[in-house]
Amino acid sequence: MDSGGRPSAPGSGGPQRPGSGKRRARGRLERVRAAAAARAAKGAARGRALVRRVEEIPPPPGPFRAGFWRSPIRGPWLTSVFGLVLLIGIPLLFVTGALSYAAYNPGLGVLNDQTPGKGVLGFYLFDWPTHPYWLYRLTQGVHVTLGVVLVPVVLAKLWSVIPKLFEWPPGRSAAHALERLSLLALVGGVVFEFVTGILNIQLYYVFPGSFYTLHFYGAWVFIAAFVVHVSLKLGRMTRALRSRGLAAELRTDLAHTRPEPPDPDGLVPTAPAPPTMTRRGAVGMVGAGSLLLLVVTAGQSIGGRLRGTALLAPHNREPGSGPNGFQINKTAAAVGINPAHVGPDWRLEVHGPGPTLVLTREQLLAMPQQAAALPIACVEGWSTPDQHWSGLRLTDLAALAGLPAAASVLVESVQPPGPYSSVVLRGNQIHDPRSLLALHVNGADLSLDHGYPARIIVPANPGVNNTKWVHRLTFRT
Amino acid sequence: MARLIRWYGSEPLHLLVLIASFALTGYALVRLFAERPLGVAIWFVGAAIGHDLILLPLYSLADLSAQSVLRHRPERTPAVPWINYLRVPAFLSGVLLLVWFPLILNLSTPYQGDTRLPEDVYLRRWLATTAVLFGAAAIAFALKLRRARRAARVDEERPAPGHDAP
Repeated sequence: MDSGGRPSAPGSGGPQRPGSGKRRARGRLERVRAAAAARAAKGAARGRALVRRVEEIPPPPGPFRAGFWRSPIRGPWLTSVFGLVLLIGIPLLFVTGALSYAAYNPGLGVLNDQTPGKGVLGFYLFDWPTHPYWLYRLTQGVHVTLGVVLVPVVLAKLWSVIPKLFEWPPGRSAAHALERLSLLALVGGVVFEFVTGILNIQLYYVFPGSFYTLHFYGAWVFIAAFVVHVSLKLGRMTRALRSRGLAAELRTDLAHTRPEPPDPDGLVPTAPAPPTMTRRGAVGMVGAGSLLLLVVTAGQSIGGRLRGTALLAPHNREPGSGPNGFQINKTAAAVGINPAHVGPDWRLEVHGPGPTLVLTREQLLAMPQQAAALPIACVEGWSTPDQHWSGLRLTDLAALAGLPAAASVLVESVQPPGPYSSVVLRGNQIHDPRSLLALHVNGADLSLDHGYPARIIVPANPGVNNTKWVHRLTFRT
Repeated sequence: MARLIRWYGSEPLHLLVLIASFALTGYALVRLFAERPLGVAIWFVGAAIGHDLILLPLYSLADLSAQSVLRHRPERTPAVPWINYLRVPAFLSGVLLLVWFPLILNLSTPYQGDTRLPEDVYLRRWLATTAVLFGAAAIAFALKLRRARRAARVDEERPAPGHDAP
C-alpha cells in the first residue's frame, strides 16, 4: 500500500552519476518521494473516509440491530464457561482422533492409508504399539463418546455468540475481516467434524466422499482455526471467568438474575428481556444434555451388562448368544463373502522367502494352539470386552515362512476387493506373543461373521485391521 | 509499526498468527477438496451456516412462540414460571434426536445387514425417552403448582383483622 513512499536502499538508486548529476538525481528522488508520500496519504485518507462512510450506513433491520438479541443471560461469562469446557474437550478429541489415524499404521503403505496425500499432516506418525492391549479401545471409545457428549456444549457455545455473526459493520478493519474469515473455518469446521463423525458411527454414509478423507482433512481445517481462536480469546475468557464467581452464580435464582455489564463484544443485550432462565439453569440444562447423551451412548464402548444402557447407540445389543455372540462390524453377507471360498476347499497360503506353504484348516488345527484374551475395538467407538481367542501365533507363522524376524506381513482376505480386504501389519505387531491367526473364539470355532475359517487378532489394533476370512499371509523383511 | 497497526487494525502478531493458520487451512483444504469439490464445499459452507441460520432461528422461534401462545391462558392462581418445564424436556429430547436421527428415523441402509442388529428399536426408544422426560417435567410442574396454590391459600386464609371470611 505505502510501498510507493519507501526510500530506496543505498546503491539501488539506478545509474550513479558523479558530481552535480548525483545531486540533481537526489533532488528528483526527493520530489518523487514527496509526491508518492502525498499520494499515499491521500489514498489512506480516502480509505479511512470509505471505512467511515461504511460505518455510517445504519445496520440493516433485524438481527444486525443492537436491540434484536435480548437474552439477559448472554454475555462473556456464560460464553466462557462453555468455551472452557470445549477448550479441554476439543484438544482431547483432536489428539484421540490423530492417534486413531496412527493406529492404522498408514506408514506401511496405501492399503493402510485412506489419506495417502496427507503430506506434512502425517508428521507425527509413529509405530502403533501393542501395549497396553486395550489402548485403541480406550482412545477411540473416548474419541467417539466425548464427541457425542460435547454436542450440547457446542450448540450452547454457538447460541451464546450468535450476535457476533450479525456484527455491523461486517468488517471494521483488515484484522477484523481476517478474524471473521477464520471464524468461518472455525464454525464450519466444528460442525463439519461433528456431523461427519456422528453420521459415520450410524453408518449413514451421505457425506460427499470417504469418511476418512473428509474427517481427517476437515480436522486440520478446524484445528487451524481453533488454535487461532484460542490464542486470540484466551485472555478474554479467563478475565470473563474471573468476573463472576462460579459458586455465587450457581446460587443465583431467577429473581436475582441480571445481565452482565456491557461488554466490548456486544454479547450482552442492550435491551434485555426479563429473564426466564438463570445462568445456573442454562449451564445445568446443557450439562444435563451431555449427561443424557453419555448415558445413552457410553455403554457400547464398555460392554457387558452396561451395553444395554446405551439406549440409542448403534452397538447397544448383542447380535446373538453363545461364544460367537459378540459385536460384528460387517457380516460375511454384507461384504459379499462367497461361501465356496470359505468351505472345505479353503487353504491358507503362507508366503516368505522360501517355498509357499499351503495349509488346510485341519493342518492348522494340528499345530500347537496359543491363546490370547483381546477385545475388538472399532473406529466407530464401540468395542467388546476381552474375547478368548486361540490359534497360531503370527510370530510362529513368520518363522514357518522362513522369516523369523519379519518386519511386516501383508494379510489378504477372501472378501472381494475393497477397503480393508487386505492390510499390512508391522513387525512389533507380528512379534507380540498375543497376536494370533485365530481359529477359535471363546472355546468354539469362529462363526462365519467373525471370520471363519481364520482371522487376525492383534492387541490394540483397530478392529478393521484384524482381517477376517484370511487366506494369504505374505511375510516381508 | 504504528502505520501497520493503524492500517491493519491490530498487532503484527495477530496478522502472523492468522497467516500461519490460513496457510495450514489452505494446505488441508486443497486435500479436502481434491475429490468432489462441489459436494464438499456445499457440506462445509452448509455446516458453517446450517446451525446459525437454520437450526438456531428455528428453535428460537419455537421458544418464543411457545411463550407467547401459552402466555394468554387465564391464570386462576398465582403465576408460576412454567417455560422451563417445557424447554428442558424439549431440549433434552431434541439433542437425542439431533445426534441419533439416522438410527431413530431408520435412515441407515447398511446398518442391519452390517451389524446383524435390527434398526427398528430406536424410534420406540426415543419416543419412550421423550415421554419419560416430558412426563417427569409435568410431574415436577404439578408439584410446583400445588405448592404455589397451597401457599396462596394460606395467604388467603389468614384474613386481615376486622374482616369475615366469606
